[in-house]
Amino acid sequence: MLRIQITTGNKVPIYQQVVDQVRASIASGGLEIGSPLPSVRALATELVVNPNTVAKAYAQLVRDGVLESQQGRGYFVAKRREIYTKAERNRRLDEALQPLVAEALVLGFDKDELLQAIEKHFRRLVK
Amino acid sequence: MSRDTGSNQSVTAETHGQDANSGGNSSQLEHAIRLERLTRYFGAKPVVKDLDFNVLSGKVTALLGLNGAGKTTTIRILMGLLSPTRGRAITLGEDADQMPLQTRARIGYAVEGHFLYPSMRVSQCQDFQRAGYKRWNEHLFQDIVRHFAIDPSAKISTLSRGQRAGVSLALVLAPDPELLVLDDPALGLDPVSRRALNETLIEFAGHGQRTVLLSSHLLDDVERIADRVAVMVGGKLKVDTSLDEFTSRVTLYSARCDGEPPSTISSIPGLIELRRLGQHLHMAIADVDQETQAALERLALPELEQTETTFSQAVMAFLTRERGDASFFSRPIHAYASNSDSDSSGDTV
Repeated sequence: MLRIQITTGNKVPIYQQVVDQVRASIASGGLEIGSPLPSVRALATELVVNPNTVAKAYAQLVRDGVLESQQGRGYFVAKRREIYTKAERNRRLDEALQPLVAEALVLGFDKDELLQAIEKHFRRLVK
Repeated sequence: MSRDTGSNQSVTAETHGQDANSGGNSSQLEHAIRLERLTRYFGAKPVVKDLDFNVLSGKVTALLGLNGAGKTTTIRILMGLLSPTRGRAITLGEDADQMPLQTRARIGYAVEGHFLYPSMRVSQCQDFQRAGYKRWNEHLFQDIVRHFAIDPSAKISTLSRGQRAGVSLALVLAPDPELLVLDDPALGLDPVSRRALNETLIEFAGHGQRTVLLSSHLLDDVERIADRVAVMVGGKLKVDTSLDEFTSRVTLYSARCDGEPPSTISSIPGLIELRRLGQHLHMAIADVDQETQAALERLALPELEQTETTFSQAVMAFLTRERGDASFFSRPIHAYASNSDSDSSGDTV
């Protein structure tokens, strides 16, 4: 299931909140590969946000390879592995890991504690 | 999100050309509303001053500003309800001051406190109003009325303020207008009615090609609904850009300041708001560039920190503009002339 909650007065613009939460729904298995997303208008009405904002978020997700748009049928969760090369996936993972490890070191966690924390989050997302 | 001012300017120039050539065919108008050097005096007082402002077709534009900034006067002029002292307003391709009836029929206009006969029933209001229109979407009228939880057989006098606003909105939207102009539509509405209003506006905007111009003080609602924001200060347009870009163009800084702030601080390029809170200075700066950063470095302010801004903080920075000292309620307006105003007027999302 797609769960999105929009907050106003946030430093994160609304379209980015939609992008982040669609990504999170996919990461947590709430939205499976190939499953359809609500239409731009339906989601805009549901979230009470400007339709162009939703369209902008969907466009960004398509550019990022998270969604694919099928002419006349709407938006679907893309098969991610086909989108990125192995090298690109490694690059993106490194990019996400580097600040995480740096933060953990600053906060005084050791390697085992960090690995345990990662495992905990992994289990939470992947059932 | 980037500010490629160079290309924006060329977009603006092109669209002006198209408008001039497309005559009265509104469906091709780049701008549903064009205000050219619009000026309006009340007595000796200019309420709107040399206002150049184009409202992009197919977008929801929010007109923001303090009470007295000239929003309502501007709206009344572009609706043809008030003549400008100088300049002109072109609405759906027609001079608003001599707007033909058939053009007026393509515009939906609602103001807070829209007059409704108290003794009429909701359904009678519809019958009364629809006589003046060729097009009338009865389903839409009923949908909106239902959305505001109104019984169509109820008398107007028995409805709440929010429900009356719902009836007004249904009456304004049922003729399926190309352009919707709303002056502070959410004023005095409870949260549930406000949500119904927002949902109805989003439904309407979602049809595409419809243009909405609304004035509002509710920044959270504006953040949800609007594509673009225009900010008026003292009868002049200070901001006209897409909502996300507007937010990204304002940066907040804070720095420690034990005594008086340095007098040269007001020369920081792009400074739009400066105030002192305890021992800290808070600054909002638009379009931070190398010049701004060099000016900040020269001031060598201790504990200088930079943060991103939220949409409402960015608007507030333009609306308050306290400068220099701790007097929070004085509003000398002399900073931030207009270097970004003209640059940003033509960009699209």
